Amino acid sequence: MKHIDCPGIGPRPIVEFIYDGEVRPPAPEDASLEVLADRVFNRSGAPGVLREWWYHRPTGSWYVLERDTVTNEIQRAVDPEEVAYAIPML
Amino acid sequence: MPLRLIKLGLKGTKDEPRFFPPSKELESHYDVVIIGGGGHGLACAYYLARDHGIRNVAVLEQGYLGGGNTGRNTTIVRSNYLTPEGVKFYDASLRLFQDLSTDLDINLFYSTRGHFTLAHSDDAMRTMRWRAEVNKHYGVDSAVVDRQAVADAVPGIDLECGGSPSVMGALYHAPGAVARHDAVAWGYGRAAAQRGVELHQKTRVTGIQQQGGRVVGVDTDRGSISCGAVVSMVAGSTPRIADMVGLPTPIEVFPLQACVTEPVKPFLNTIVVSGSLHVYVSQSSRGELVMGSAVDPMVLHSTRSTFEFVEGLADHMVDLLPFTARMRVNRQWAGMSDMTPDFAPIMGTTPLDGFYLDAGWGTWGFKATPISGKTMAATVANGVNDELIEPFRYSRFADFQMVAEKGAASVGH
Repeated sequence: MKHIDCPGIGPRPIVEFIYDGEVRPPAPEDASLEVLADRVFNRSGAPGVLREWWYHRPTGSWYVLERDTVTNEIQRAVDPEEVAYAIPML
Repeated sequence: MPLRLIKLGLKGTKDEPRFFPPSKELESHYDVVIIGGGGHGLACAYYLARDHGIRNVAVLEQGYLGGGNTGRNTTIVRSNYLTPEGVKFYDASLRLFQDLSTDLDINLFYSTRGHFTLAHSDDAMRTMRWRAEVNKHYGVDSAVVDRQAVADAVPGIDLECGGSPSVMGALYHAPGAVARHDAVAWGYGRAAAQRGVELHQKTRVTGIQQQGGRVVGVDTDRGSISCGAVVSMVAGSTPRIADMVGLPTPIEVFPLQACVTEPVKPFLNTIVVSGSLHVYVSQSSRGELVMGSAVDPMVLHSTRSTFEFVEGLADHMVDLLPFTARMRVNRQWAGMSDMTPDFAPIMGTTPLDGFYLDAGWGTWGFKATPISGKTMAATVANGVNDELIEPFRYSRFADFQMVAEKGAASVGH
């Protein structure tokens, strides 16, 4: 079985993960309906390297992985700070 | 025709017309270029030539005719959808299918089997009642039946599903059918070619030329051609084509796998689908069990099939039909499904003049082959969306007017 190697948990069988699709930047709060529809529905459908969400069920942790959608090779785990758009203010 | 047979026996068949005309060079101009030589593309070419007199048409296919998802589906034809727009559209398709063998003069082995969608919970039974009522309202033959009716129609079924939630009843759709999918593509291809359409296999589109906000030509690996309109009917390659013209789409490509067992004597006369167990099965005219499941869990541009698929499918199939545990799988394969967020296709005109889309065919494309060909031909000929496909227009996402067909794509995705 295919394994996914994530920081902190090491290589784990792919059946332990739930796939949650491409990472899309959220629409700005004052976005027009057109921009909002684009962000909500449209996707990078063409083959290439995609950044995608993966959820590891046993540890309850989320990962962003870069994967080639033609060869199905996972190239690297992305540091969460790279994909954070806003740090919540407390 | 014995006389003709004797003549052929004496003279040989070399002067007889071939099924398809021999390949030739590309012309410099076509009125319409159709990208994709599967069922949809060839059907569109046929109806353009037959119904609208548009014969200067080229169908460009990167591989061979019907070699994509037309030849990879599990050949089921049905119209028991959930939404009014879906039911009307697929019912029109099923009606075209019923006369298609005569229309195209080729035996499609169209076989009306009856189609059971099993319900394993109260929620599922409620959805079946809903679907049955919508279907009846539009004149489609669907009814909710109890579990005994399922047991009577499907020999060897375990209604308790080996410990998984048991079968409570089903939606029964009498017109549900299977057809020989390759022959659908070949029949449309031949009929289109006889009316002057050019079929170009092994011709890959590499770019689409635009000028002043409209499409003016197509670049291929065999040279460039100018044209008045481009119709993209390519299933799993839609995002690549849409990227050539800078058109964003909500389409993501997921592999959909299927397999067949070794042939056995005929025992299963109907088509059986279980959303809860993620399986569907019918028996082909050769005796094989044709089985499929839900799409793979992640985006992938590949037609390689996996062991995990067969393992998961067999697990559920044995729950449903325990005696299949001793059958062997003969072949397995995968197709690339272009999935949309609302489980309905994207069809018709686009913001780019002269560029038409027939896409988002996910896991429901084969049954729509005749009607998409017909409605897309009408759309291209008139420049406005055919009434039947207006709900499936490209702009529905920007307008937040989705179709909500999720409950009816045969297996829960």
